[in-house]
Amino acid sequence: MARKIGRRRLLQAAAAVGTAGWTTGLFAQSTRTIKIGLVTPRTGPLALFAETDVFVVGQMRKLWAKGLEIGGKAFPVEIVIKDSASNPARAADVAADLILKDKVDLILVSSTPETTNPVADQCELERKPCISTVAPWQPWFFGRGAKPDKGFDWTYHFFWGLEDIIGTFTSMWNSLPTNKVVGGLFPNDGDGNAWGDATLGFPPVLAKAGYQTVDPGRYQNLTADFSAQIQRFRDGRVEILTGVPIPPDFTTFWNQAAQKGFRPKIASVGKALLFPAAVEALGDNGDGLSTEVWWTPNHPFKSTLSGQTARELADSYEAETRKQWTQPLGFAHALFEVAAAALKKAGDVGQAAAIRDAIAATAVDTIVGPVAWGKGPVRNVAKTPLVGGQWRRTAAGAKYRYDLVIVDNSQAPAIPVADTLKPIG
Amino acid sequence: MLNLIDTLLQGVMLGGQYALMAVGLSLAFGVMRLVNVAHGDFIVLAAYLALICMTTLGLHPLAALIVVVPVMAIVGYGVQRLLLNRAVGRDIMPALLITFGLSVIIQNGLLEVFSADSRRLDAGGLTAAGLRLGDGLAVGWFPLITFGLAVAVIAGLEALFARSALGRAFRAVSDDQEIVQLMGYDNRHLYALAMALAFAVMAVAGVLFGIGTVFDPAFGPPQLLFAFEAVIIGGMGSLWGTLAGGVILGLAQAIGFRVDPGWGILFGHAVFLLILAVQPRGLIPKTRDA
Repeated sequence: MARKIGRRRLLQAAAAVGTAGWTTGLFAQSTRTIKIGLVTPRTGPLALFAETDVFVVGQMRKLWAKGLEIGGKAFPVEIVIKDSASNPARAADVAADLILKDKVDLILVSSTPETTNPVADQCELERKPCISTVAPWQPWFFGRGAKPDKGFDWTYHFFWGLEDIIGTFTSMWNSLPTNKVVGGLFPNDGDGNAWGDATLGFPPVLAKAGYQTVDPGRYQNLTADFSAQIQRFRDGRVEILTGVPIPPDFTTFWNQAAQKGFRPKIASVGKALLFPAAVEALGDNGDGLSTEVWWTPNHPFKSTLSGQTARELADSYEAETRKQWTQPLGFAHALFEVAAAALKKAGDVGQAAAIRDAIAATAVDTIVGPVAWGKGPVRNVAKTPLVGGQWRRTAAGAKYRYDLVIVDNSQAPAIPVADTLKPIG
Repeated sequence: MLNLIDTLLQGVMLGGQYALMAVGLSLAFGVMRLVNVAHGDFIVLAAYLALICMTTLGLHPLAALIVVVPVMAIVGYGVQRLLLNRAVGRDIMPALLITFGLSVIIQNGLLEVFSADSRRLDAGGLTAAGLRLGDGLAVGWFPLITFGLAVAVIAGLEALFARSALGRAFRAVSDDQEIVQLMGYDNRHLYALAMALAFAVMAVAGVLFGIGTVFDPAFGPPQLLFAFEAVIIGGMGSLWGTLAGGVILGLAQAIGFRVDPGWGILFGHAVFLLILAVQPRGLIPKTRDA
């Protein structure tokens, strides 16, 4: 009996394989599989950035189950995900693996310069097209030693830049009466050095806008003691706090600041306050903190792949993962939108150079807004809109503890604001 | 002057935190000559246990200690009895490798279960409350509690080692395990008890660490580094030495931070290397090489 069932199952399996082979034959199916490599920090301190990637890749695999249609032919798509473990050296290693061992046609990478830069460098070296996002363009471009007139051959990037965040932050700060003294919390990493840079970063622009900057200097990530910075901020009568610390460091800083009685009127902080999990980790102290906003479910854009609006994408994410939406969701989705648009434009997917040239000429209205190279500040960069938001404690009984409310759209008027900035406390 | 006092005070408080982290490591080395590479990861594990207690039982993180400390002690007993006892001996390498493996397993296990989200043990207003010591001088209640606990734990352990029969047995097994066995003690049980004690202290350190800052599964190794430095500066196996080592490390970092925020950690490492060069066995060494 047992043997009989075994034999029957075997026959069923064989039949299933046969049918599958036959059905794929119905479409004008290309035998060539397009391989897309994705490098993302799934583990380690940057993992919050990559949290939505698994969901988005699942979405793409479903959308492209019957292949991606290019020039009337359906190409099977294989997506290979590699974990950078939040480590730049490992990011470069896995990128090399993707190019040399997996022989991918295109590399996608996102989540902070610590991930995008080593991967893009590797692609430039191995002459492989690469699209990256979720890193301000200056650390991605200048951080890799590029000259504005020359740029890169193989690597293309879409995101906003420091000019947008400076514009958004100062516009938010101008909306409240303060003494215009800004304290800067800039760590010694890719972002911190770019933001704090004396010629290309925050300080010169702020000085021009009438703000005085108190910058205690670069510190190491995962610092246990911020009393030196707090002392300097208090001595300098800082009323506005800004910076780009990693989430654990901001929590340490904010708690120590409270212990020592330092409470600025405004705290507009990049990177650390992007995620609801990081703000919830502050307990009730997170209310009123402000941050840059790259994407929310209220953004008036639609996906070119799934047809979903921003709200629908966020809802399907929340339904499937039972977690609150985060900003990288839109960009993880848009990364594949851009990739699909470029591959369709390229036509000949076997030619790396054809894909590269197609990326450079791509213009697509994604779920994070229009992405088009050639109109950006440098040839390898396309800019997406940036607005400012404030975290507000929700009423008791709400689904989530904090809501991100858009309070400034000076840099991107197409995106509606919901309120104006309120002082902390 | 006020800034100087503030810096020194902050350094001492930071030192208390490092010392509390390091006591478990010091204890395990003092009794078993065992370097527990997974020390930091077990501390993070304790923080996650407290998080579970908070979410399922609705406890305040400090009340969660009632559950986390005994659970960690049992884990410590089990780890030593079932795993590390097989590797304790003249050669320290096998134990080092086993604990290294444990470190990898714990980090990835935590990542699977809790994801990489950063968490904090929310202790309400405690973490933000400060004690005003005068104009422009304030110290947080939470660092004060941490420092007080570090001193209390070390004083308690020292008393246990000096006065109780168990402490005598610990000292004896540390000096010569073969003779202790001749005297009728079961050294495997003694080692496991010492590890249970070390884990109980690590549980306290883990919970306080989780209240003070955010943690995620990858946070163990950086904690191990500071704990290790505190132990080495103070002298292997000496508990008061570990407190002194922690405070010296904290002071060096606080002064470094005051000079330039980028130099704090470097100052700590520099002082560590300096002491290693001048006094290779630490300030108050207890253990002797046979």
